[in-house]
Amino acid sequence: MNQFTWSRRRTALSRFWTEFRRHRAGLLGAVVLLVAVALAVMTPFVSDPADLDVTRATGDKMAPPDLSFPLGTDESGRSILVMLLWGSRVSLLIGFMSALLSMVIGTMIGVLAGHFRGWLSAVLMRITDWFLVLPTLVLALVLAAVLGGGSSTLILAIGVTSWASTARLIRAQTLAVEARPYIERSKVLGAGHWHIMTRHVLPSVAPLVLANTTLMVGTAIVLESTLAFLGAGSGQVSWGGMLRGSYDWGAATSGAWWYILTPGFCIVAVVMAFTLCGRALEAVLNPRLREAGR
Amino acid sequence: MAAPLGTPLDSDPVAGPAAGPEAEQHASRGGVLRYALAKLGGAALSIAMVIVATFFLFRLVPGDPTIAYTRDVPITPEQLDLLRRQMGLDRPLPQQFIDFVLKTLRLDLGTSYEYKRPVAELIGERVGPTLLLAGVGLVVAVSLGLWQGTRAAWHHGGRLDRVSTGISLVLWSVPTFWLGLLLLMVFAAGVGPVPGIFPTRGMEGVDAPDGPAYLFHVAQHLALPCLTLVAVVYAQYLLVMRSSLLEEIGQDYVTTARAKGLRDDEVRRRHAVPNALLPTVTLVFMHIGFVVAGAVSVETVYSWPGLGLLFYKAIQGPDFAVMQGTFMVLCVAVIVMNTLADVAYHFLDPRVRST
Amino acid sequence: MTVPVGGEMTVPRTTRQEGDRAPGSENVTMLELRDLTVTYRIAAGEVPAVRGVSLALARGEALGIAGESGSGKSTLAMALLRLLPRDARVSGEILLDGEDVLTMPWGRLRAVRWASASIVFQGAHHALNPVHRIGDQIAEPLLVHGLASPAESRRKVAELLEQVGLPAWRGRSYSHELSGGQRQRVMIAMALACEPHLIVADEPTTALDVMIQAQVLELIRSLIARRGLSLIMISHDLSVLAATCERLAVMYAGRVVETGPSGAVFGDARHPYSRALADAFPLVGDPASRRAPRGLGGDPPDPMDLPSGCSFHPRCPAALPECSTAAVELWPTTDPRHTAACVLVHPETTPRLPHGGAAEDPGSGGAPPQQEPAPHAPGTPASTTVRPEVAP
Repeated sequence: MNQFTWSRRRTALSRFWTEFRRHRAGLLGAVVLLVAVALAVMTPFVSDPADLDVTRATGDKMAPPDLSFPLGTDESGRSILVMLLWGSRVSLLIGFMSALLSMVIGTMIGVLAGHFRGWLSAVLMRITDWFLVLPTLVLALVLAAVLGGGSSTLILAIGVTSWASTARLIRAQTLAVEARPYIERSKVLGAGHWHIMTRHVLPSVAPLVLANTTLMVGTAIVLESTLAFLGAGSGQVSWGGMLRGSYDWGAATSGAWWYILTPGFCIVAVVMAFTLCGRALEAVLNPRLREAGR
Repeated sequence: MAAPLGTPLDSDPVAGPAAGPEAEQHASRGGVLRYALAKLGGAALSIAMVIVATFFLFRLVPGDPTIAYTRDVPITPEQLDLLRRQMGLDRPLPQQFIDFVLKTLRLDLGTSYEYKRPVAELIGERVGPTLLLAGVGLVVAVSLGLWQGTRAAWHHGGRLDRVSTGISLVLWSVPTFWLGLLLLMVFAAGVGPVPGIFPTRGMEGVDAPDGPAYLFHVAQHLALPCLTLVAVVYAQYLLVMRSSLLEEIGQDYVTTARAKGLRDDEVRRRHAVPNALLPTVTLVFMHIGFVVAGAVSVETVYSWPGLGLLFYKAIQGPDFAVMQGTFMVLCVAVIVMNTLADVAYHFLDPRVRST
Repeated sequence: MTVPVGGEMTVPRTTRQEGDRAPGSENVTMLELRDLTVTYRIAAGEVPAVRGVSLALARGEALGIAGESGSGKSTLAMALLRLLPRDARVSGEILLDGEDVLTMPWGRLRAVRWASASIVFQGAHHALNPVHRIGDQIAEPLLVHGLASPAESRRKVAELLEQVGLPAWRGRSYSHELSGGQRQRVMIAMALACEPHLIVADEPTTALDVMIQAQVLELIRSLIARRGLSLIMISHDLSVLAATCERLAVMYAGRVVETGPSGAVFGDARHPYSRALADAFPLVGDPASRRAPRGLGGDPPDPMDLPSGCSFHPRCPAALPECSTAAVELWPTTDPRHTAACVLVHPETTPRLPHGGAAEDPGSGGAPPQQEPAPHAPGTPASTTVRPEVAP
């Protein structure tokens, strides 16, 4: 592209940054997220995956925090800290991927249901409402249990069951965008469905999709940890899986607080960071969304 | 809003939307009935979709469904054949589907592999405890959430508002089961000097007393599971009520009420809250699935003998017949509640009643 | 039915002549505003909405306040009963029956609200509570102020509905079941419930179509005339006000820029802004003038960044160089009751109007502002040239 486009994008980006900076909570969320992602990425370089092997665990069973195991050990003597680091990779990965999947499904269905009128829209909305009403957790649990364990199954189970609210949001936005006069003009000039959806509707809903995905990742991480806790996990060490271990081995009743508190804190911190970030993004991007309509 | 009148004879009562009060009431009752029928039709369709989805979902099980039933059990090919015939797996898929639908409609949900009993019977036993937990939890969460949400919105921007919004945001990020584990650790097992004051599991202990003392006994067992469920769902009700009321506070009719000389609390109670309440309560019941999901986690953590625990155990099994049956019952319950809320809303709210 | 409907398309411009009022009532002041100032405090700073308005209203008098949206006229109406949001700072005095509304204790304020002065709000659709029956809403102030028992209030509601031309059974309806005009009638019935001496009508007819607008205006006119009420009517439509009120005040950017008898302000506007307003809107019911409204260029000024000198000068068609610096205040014209805040009226300026009409007499220089203008001063010829254009 030419220099003009580039500079225009740069000013848009800097304007976005100036506005985002004003949301202190959102900024805090972004910092927490950066730290969490950095730790997850660095884990293989600072820690040996062999440390997760139960047969090679070196610590005492369910030992409270000390110098060699700063966050204590689990029922087989593994370091909680090492498990948390490796678990963050699984939790974040599944959270991101399933939010992405749910976003793709939700955006596609939302744009289609908003663009086309008549039976296609009616059928799509019927399905959306069905998914919206049914308890996501129950649906995802059944899917994960029926399909059998594994990260990809979990991503599929979460993504396929949690797109409905996104679809509703995107549909409403699509209807709003298509009511604008320039779309009318574009239709009169002979623009096809594909052209209108990809060139006009998608760019207009993109900011909304971004904010919504950010919020979605938080929800997906909670759902993933719940599924893992209820025994429909990926089989790898994850935060929810650790909590399941703590429950199975009676950590709550035997007073092994370190085994329960730390994974939970990690979940809450990361989910809150995504939520704060998403809300700030929404606040920053939404007015611009409205402005673009004028 | 465009005036419904076509004629300029605005002051003439005959030119109103209806000829008289009777006609108007009649028309609005018909409207509600038609709406209710449409909603019931929608609910029936949703339930049909649940049955169809269940059938195909459980055909997704990798390999032969019988394998799940015969795990760890040595079995001869003849026995396997018999089992397959019993389960109807030797018939063509459409035939299997029709059988499944007919059996489901007769409330025949199959036989549990784990318990060797009809699934419908198992579910029937578990409904009571879940209704108790979810019912009490819902009542407490709704009253607490609406009350706090009202206060937060009325003192918008104040300390109470910021604190309760903050707490709600934190609770929103907390997985239900983890909160359950924490409460279990602190209040049931006891931490340090704090002794455990609540039982750790179940709805009743082996030493359950008779008579009125039994109620107290169950209430004691109910306390922690209920608290967990309430904490998670009430936060959302608070946020919904807060934003709903904030919207109403900005409305002109609230200014009218103040101009009439009403006291602040009268303006709130008589004017703003009734308007904010209807959509909020409806939203609460529309998202009843959230409570169901919470109940599954809570029942698991506290071994509360309800549908959620049955479902969880079925997944551990895996006991597909129980899983399938519980899944359908939970989904149908949610759809029914949702439809009731929707119809009740149209019946109660004069704004939509006659449209 | 007490309200004349239909046939009468052209509403007489001024139904109530100044001489109509009962002798003696003229001097009893119903409401007096002294230097009323309202400032909104928002995150970005302070927004002045009303800047030092002084007005007086006699018992039984009807005053019209005109201006574009953002001129501060609705803020002024809300300030009368202290209904402004918390972020508004109000100073000055609002003397209602001699009592300052701004310093009243809460209990007294609640007692005064609706019982001494009531408001017909802009947009009856939103001003009525959607979940209560309208009869209950009309009865509510009666019950709140202890003016009637529940049984009496029901009878009173039926009576009030009758008076505004609605059948009594309408009281059982909800507001969404009524048309726009019917809702506005309900608002008027509600405003009359406690028999206040003053009614403030904030854009009572804006959302209605022309026919219904004329009916509602006629209803207001007949009710206040019959009951001898004082009325403050607020509108952006100068012609509507001129047809209902004896006196007009035109507001721009939070200030009164012209005030005087309706006929003089509407027919012989001295402030270029008032003239633009008078030209922009047709006379009620006059189809020819409706089709050709002469609008005013530009937008109302940003209240946080008001122009220096006369706030109107950037949009003024007759602006002079000194307008951006000169301090303007309400100066009397030929008629001492008719004042305008424009340098063209100021006796010391040398008026150089670009087009013929008002204020081309250069001989008025030297007279001090407060002094009554000489009888031959600018206004006289203008009134004869402008009036016929506008009058039907």
